[in-house]
Amino acid sequence: VEIKVLGTGCASCRLLYRAAEEAIARSGRTATLSKVEAVEEIMRYGVMTTPALVIDGRVVFAGKVPAAREIAKAISASAVGDGV
Amino acid sequence: MTERLSPALSEALSRADAAAGPPSSLRARRRLLQLLLALATWALVYARLEVLASWLTFGLLGLDRRSSLSAAVEFFLYEAPKVLMLLALIVLGVGIVRSFFTAERTRRALAGKGQGAGNLLAGLLGVVTPFCSCSAVPLFIGFVTAGVPLGVTFSFLIAAPMVNEVALALLFALFGWRVAALYLASGLSIAIVAGMVIGRLRLERWVEPWVHGIDTTAAVSEAGMTWEDRLRLGVVAVKDIGGKVWPFVLAGIAVGAGIHGYVPQDLLAAFMGRDAWWSVPLAVLIGIPLYSNAAGMMPVAQALLGKGAALGTVLAFMMSTTALSLPEMVILRKVLAGRLIAVLVGVVGLGILAVGYLFNVLL
Repeated sequence: VEIKVLGTGCASCRLLYRAAEEAIARSGRTATLSKVEAVEEIMRYGVMTTPALVIDGRVVFAGKVPAAREIAKAISASAVGDGV
Repeated sequence: MTERLSPALSEALSRADAAAGPPSSLRARRRLLQLLLALATWALVYARLEVLASWLTFGLLGLDRRSSLSAAVEFFLYEAPKVLMLLALIVLGVGIVRSFFTAERTRRALAGKGQGAGNLLAGLLGVVTPFCSCSAVPLFIGFVTAGVPLGVTFSFLIAAPMVNEVALALLFALFGWRVAALYLASGLSIAIVAGMVIGRLRLERWVEPWVHGIDTTAAVSEAGMTWEDRLRLGVVAVKDIGGKVWPFVLAGIAVGAGIHGYVPQDLLAAFMGRDAWWSVPLAVLIGIPLYSNAAGMMPVAQALLGKGAALGTVLAFMMSTTALSLPEMVILRKVLAGRLIAVLVGVVGLGILAVGYLFNVLL
């Protein structure tokens, strides 16, 4: 699973990054986590409100910091969809 | 506790049930009951704050009734819980209202709208659409590339920080509906007029060229929300915003208490009163580099007003601290040419000046 945190580096973006780390640990899946901070690249995902979370190229959350539990659920759902 | 609900509430509840489906209806009902209980407790405590503060000051601490210290202490003990309680209730309400608006929905409403009506709608939506200030650039690009005119986009981006909904609600609670209405109307007018001016000037060419090459049509899925979700969002907002602003609010009240107790009546009238013409531009200039929290400013404003400062001057100061912020301009520089930012600051600054003078003359 490939997870990206989109955000220009504000406080809530850092919060989301931490929540995503926790979510990966919770979900028990192997995942890569990275930050996307360039506005040009963020815009390519069609996101207007940051922070946003992208799982396997799909924007799952935008404009909020969801609980780690919710992110974990989304990670699991995405992994199942891939047939992993 | 009996489960008696007012007709309006049970109607809202049954609608929530319909949206959430039967399994969660019981849980939703319990949540609503908790909310009602919390609101009742809030009202009971709130009604007794004044008595409590004066008892603490004169009864428990035994302070002299005529001293400056007791005036300051009583002000603090009354205002601190009052403002914090109001803030919690207001943020909860605002959080619930905001759950009905998303940036995507706002963009759809504004796309292709013309001058005038588009600016008005953009200003109104700017007040209620939730977004963090660090989203200003993505929002700007998303709007412009989706066909929202530049001027309309600016009305939205100016109104959002200018008319802070928490500040609005606190103004209403502390100063009455007249001041709150004036704040809303003047802030909206500035956003609308500034957006129209920018639209008229045809400044599209000053938007950095790469912006237009971006495709932002990839849609983000919008899940439906139940009333329970909305309430939860409200509670999250209270924790989030409350957790961030309470130190500002307490500091503001402490400063306010000092002013209330120790600054002689009408001392401020000389340099913050309506006769001091230079006080309005000075307030705006001081406000730009100063980043402050609107909620924290409110108790200071209240104390300043009580000592003879003019309302227009205080409002101008508040608006410039929140609407013209240096960090935001640095971020906007990424997508806007420097000249466009200068126009933006100029138009908004002039608008705030006009509001300051207008209030000082009218009130």
